[in-house]
Amino acid sequence: MKNKIITAQEAAGFVKNGSTLMVGGFLGVGTSELLVDAIVESGVENLTVIANDTGFETIGVGKLIVSKQASAAIASHVGTNKETGRRFNEGDLKLELSPQGTLVERIRSGGTGLGGVLTPTGLGTEVEVGKQKITLDGKEYLIEMPLRADVAILKGTIVDKSGNVYYEGTTKNFQIVMALAADTVIVEAEKLVEVGEIDPNYVMTPGALVDYIVVGGNE
Amino acid sequence: MASAKEIIANRVAMFLNDGDVVNLGIGLPTMVGDYIPEGVEVFIQSENGILGMDRVALEGEIDKNVSNSGGQPVLVKPGAMYFDSTVSFGIIRGGHVDVTVLGALQVDEKGNLASHTVPGKMMPGMGGAMDLVVGAKEVIIATTHTQKGDVKLLKNITLPATAIQCVNYIVTELCVIHVTNQGFELMEIAPGITVEEVQAQTEAQLIVPADLKVMPVLE
Repeated sequence: MKNKIITAQEAAGFVKNGSTLMVGGFLGVGTSELLVDAIVESGVENLTVIANDTGFETIGVGKLIVSKQASAAIASHVGTNKETGRRFNEGDLKLELSPQGTLVERIRSGGTGLGGVLTPTGLGTEVEVGKQKITLDGKEYLIEMPLRADVAILKGTIVDKSGNVYYEGTTKNFQIVMALAADTVIVEAEKLVEVGEIDPNYVMTPGALVDYIVVGGNE
Repeated sequence: MASAKEIIANRVAMFLNDGDVVNLGIGLPTMVGDYIPEGVEVFIQSENGILGMDRVALEGEIDKNVSNSGGQPVLVKPGAMYFDSTVSFGIIRGGHVDVTVLGALQVDEKGNLASHTVPGKMMPGMGGAMDLVVGAKEVIIATTHTQKGDVKLLKNITLPATAIQCVNYIVTELCVIHVTNQGFELMEIAPGITVEEVQAQTEAQLIVPADLKVMPVLE
């Protein structure tokens, strides 16, 4: 079996200047602080981050906004991190706000071989500006385009050494689809176990989709 | 004496039926959960991935992996489930939420809603709000009738729309409004308040039915 276990610093090395990065979590719940911190330390720049939100100034994705390593963000909610709004208003951050249900489906379609999303959400609002619309069976939809990333960083509550992941409680959020939508998928294992220790019924991300594991759990 | 917010939360709760799947927004809408009538069991949905949410967790009850959509640790009820964001928004957009309750900056007589942004001042992102108001079977706005003297119930919203023609009912401390094809129809009016007083604080013309009822209010 391939050894997938690497250090957080090695993991950060997969994120290059200009990379697009997906970060799992919802207001920091389920976000790998260990991997975010390692990326902050690596000093890479000009990142596009894709996440549900931009966390808080000291929690989750927010740290990459504060450090100015993120030059663009695609998220559904940025109100809990003042730095996101401040940088956007100063023209220092490209920001694309996508409705939460649309954002998750864009990531899902990026990861599942679909050409995009047809959704009624956003019709008649600023969200439809510049987008194509289509009418099917008399109903109008917006066409929303898929999203993919170079690297996804996720956090699993229990991960086995082959990369099978179980996410506890509300930490599933965007992580399950992000595991499908990035070229390199790195999971922080809050608890690392041997192969076979997770009942297959509880595996939520198949190990085959996970490239690397970083042992964490000390947060 | 009950506050305006308590009066509103209590009246909104009376709209809920046994077995309803309900999403409550942050702030005043969350208070609705404290006034659910005896004998009515509802299933509270939280868009970050819970159906069957209970109250906010107190110290000693906190599970860092279980939070609400505001990131606060919460408890769940027996029979609850957790899911990822695709299932969560499948429930929301797919019409499986019976009632969504949220606040508003402005609502107009066509049922257009502005609830998520004030250009130049507040741009937190729409989060899940656009999907909720498009997908839920019934949209109830819980809001004080005016905001620091500014009229919120208008002929046409002037702020960016969260969704168009989506609002079914508006509950304020002064009245209950049914948004019909003809416009704002008064259903109930608070005791001791006249129609003229409500109209003076409402830009859109109120339709007053012959059977206008007195709004039940908390003492």
